Amino acid sequence: MSWVWDNTDAIVRLTIEHVWLSTIPIVLGGLLSVPVGWLANRFRTLRGVILAVVGILYTIPSLALFVLIPPLLGLPFLSPLNVIIALVVYAVAIMSRNAADAFASIDPSALRAATAVGYGPWQRFFQVELPLAGPVLVAGLRVVAVSTVSLVTVGVLVGVQSLGYFFTDGFQRRIEAEILTGIVMTVFVAALFDAALVLAGRLGMPWARLAMARAGQEVS
Amino acid sequence: MDIFNDAMLWLTDPENWAGAGSIPVRTLEHLTFTALAVLVAAIIAVPLGYYIGHTGRGRVLAVGTAGAARALPTFGLMLYLVLIFGVSERATAATVALVLLAIPPLLAGAYAGVDQINRATIDAAKAQGMTDWQILTRVEIPLSLPLLIGGVRGATLQVVATVTLIAYVGLGGLGYDIIQGIPLRRLDQMVGAALLIIALALVIDGLLAVLTRLATPHGVSTGRGVDVRAREKRVDRSGRLSPATRVTQ
Amino acid sequence: MTLRRNTLLIGGLVATAGLLAGCSTEGSTIVVGSQAYYSNEIVAEVYAQALEADGHTVERNFQIGQREAYLPALEAGEVQLFPEYTGNLLQYYSPDATATQADEVYSQLQGALPENLQALAMSPATDQDSYNVTAEFAEANGLVEIGDLAGVTPLVLGGAPELEERPYGPDGLLETYGVEADFSATGEVTLEALLSGEVQVANIYTGNPAIAAENLVTLADPEGLFLSSNLVPIASEDVADSIAPVINPISEAMSPGDLVAMNLQSTADGMSSADIAAEWLAENGF
Repeated sequence: MSWVWDNTDAIVRLTIEHVWLSTIPIVLGGLLSVPVGWLANRFRTLRGVILAVVGILYTIPSLALFVLIPPLLGLPFLSPLNVIIALVVYAVAIMSRNAADAFASIDPSALRAATAVGYGPWQRFFQVELPLAGPVLVAGLRVVAVSTVSLVTVGVLVGVQSLGYFFTDGFQRRIEAEILTGIVMTVFVAALFDAALVLAGRLGMPWARLAMARAGQEVS
Repeated sequence: MDIFNDAMLWLTDPENWAGAGSIPVRTLEHLTFTALAVLVAAIIAVPLGYYIGHTGRGRVLAVGTAGAARALPTFGLMLYLVLIFGVSERATAATVALVLLAIPPLLAGAYAGVDQINRATIDAAKAQGMTDWQILTRVEIPLSLPLLIGGVRGATLQVVATVTLIAYVGLGGLGYDIIQGIPLRRLDQMVGAALLIIALALVIDGLLAVLTRLATPHGVSTGRGVDVRAREKRVDRSGRLSPATRVTQ
Repeated sequence: MTLRRNTLLIGGLVATAGLLAGCSTEGSTIVVGSQAYYSNEIVAEVYAQALEADGHTVERNFQIGQREAYLPALEAGEVQLFPEYTGNLLQYYSPDATATQADEVYSQLQGALPENLQALAMSPATDQDSYNVTAEFAEANGLVEIGDLAGVTPLVLGGAPELEERPYGPDGLLETYGVEADFSATGEVTLEALLSGEVQVANIYTGNPAIAAENLVTLADPEGLFLSSNLVPIASEDVADSIAPVINPISEAMSPGDLVAMNLQSTADGMSSADIAAEWLAENGF
């Protein structure tokens, strides 16, 4: 364990790097999948297509996607942007289905009541649909967060530094403590995101505490 | 697109279909690791899931552990286990890491499958005089099959994608061509291998989808059409929603 | 009066020039890169710390990956200094290069590099591919040089996956020495695979401290299958002149033994590349 004390600066630096590499896909993926999921729910025909496309994207192994994106989008091979874009794709792939289900789970009479009272479509979406879908969306985001944090480590194989560096470097040098540190810190970062999302959910939707607890338990 | 053309050329090159490192050999390696990991994980997770769903005990613990296990980065875990087990046992080490990856979705599928059964149905079975064991085998298991197989599907997809990484420790599989292709910058090889893995995953997924449909008890499908994939809202007494969004590596 | 004014003017100009010269090295940021190889990272860290001691700002971009991944960045100027290996790099740019001796390789490399890259002073330290067998295997089969492997069966060669396609891989073995070997992509577990008998001959870098520690026999290469490969700093044209005075002495001072010792500190002692680099620089008076 002396390895840990000797390398605390690297551990801190790579943890921070890992957090920032994970945040963008989670936020962006979440934001993008809400309209996608809403559309899939609203138009039954679209649902099949969207879920099929999303299903295919989902099966692409992470390494393959990291390697495909530079030539496809003409990005420099070294850029962390490749990993981020790939992770956004995965986040959307996972989250879209969840978002579609979330919107599907809303009681239609609540929506009809809102229209009856005079809510326009945008108002209805932001003030009725979204809040009602909230608990399930948050639960889905938690799954996306954990998945993203874990996938960022694979980026080390294409030169994108994160806690995954401790895996390959530790393996090369046969230092078990290094790999273990990488694993522990990755789980720690995942737990951080999870806690942050739970907190954000509670703060943003105080009325839905029970619903979120249930949705959270179900989705895990 | 050029790259896809090159990939197709690589895929159809007869040289890649013969010999020790050929596509069929790699595919077989890939499938073997996948099947073994899912099988072992199922042996552990499915009975456990049924026990938790049937008795209702240990639910919070199971859900919590499954959630925590999802956070484990399989790549790192695999490398760690290879060092711990020793390089000559690296196949075992990789399999253990894959098993740990597959357990959460299988556990969730088994547990949720039992949990979502309408209590009234179980009460009716009890009222008819069925023993605990009979209820498990003749009511709970058949009714839980769609969700269980959904869990198998999720687990298998995750594992198929992750087996790509075992080539890093010299275990072969379709990921070998990607990992070899990166330093050699052989896009045709990398894209070709990637397409193969995707195709493999889609075929397996399709087969399991058919299996789900076949396994859905007749009464259930004529009644409310439990389409696990579509996850329509089920109005059951506890008011709960369908579980287990899948996670891949 | 005029003399004094002129002196002041000239003095002022010289001072300004000196200030400007100082500013141009002081304010410049050098990006130092390394391969995804811990040994390469140590050398890169040595360069980085030396540059920092000289007043430059250094940005580290380590563990980029293999040559095919980082050379485009180096050529584009995104990375400006990189520790490389003369023989392997020459083979990358000129697959048909004929040089095998260290100095020959170096001068051919200088010719083969793209225009905006410059090879600084070559180091005596080498870290090249080499074929190794266990001491027992060498004794049992009377092995001294690579050619002695001909006819030995079973013969499996272990190494990184890309070795299969390299000119000095199984194809080169057959062509140059008439040795037929199967290939097993053992990658990062090559050493253990050799020790456990999974493979009989393995490609292990000469800088790997395990060769000495495990009593491995490095097979001699009289036909020059492997080009001599010395450590050499490769720099971007625009910074080469300003950093050469710092980097060249360091490169020339690093001996083969030094490199192996530093690698040992990294693996056996688990020291970080920053600490190892600092120690080496201090011990060698930089």
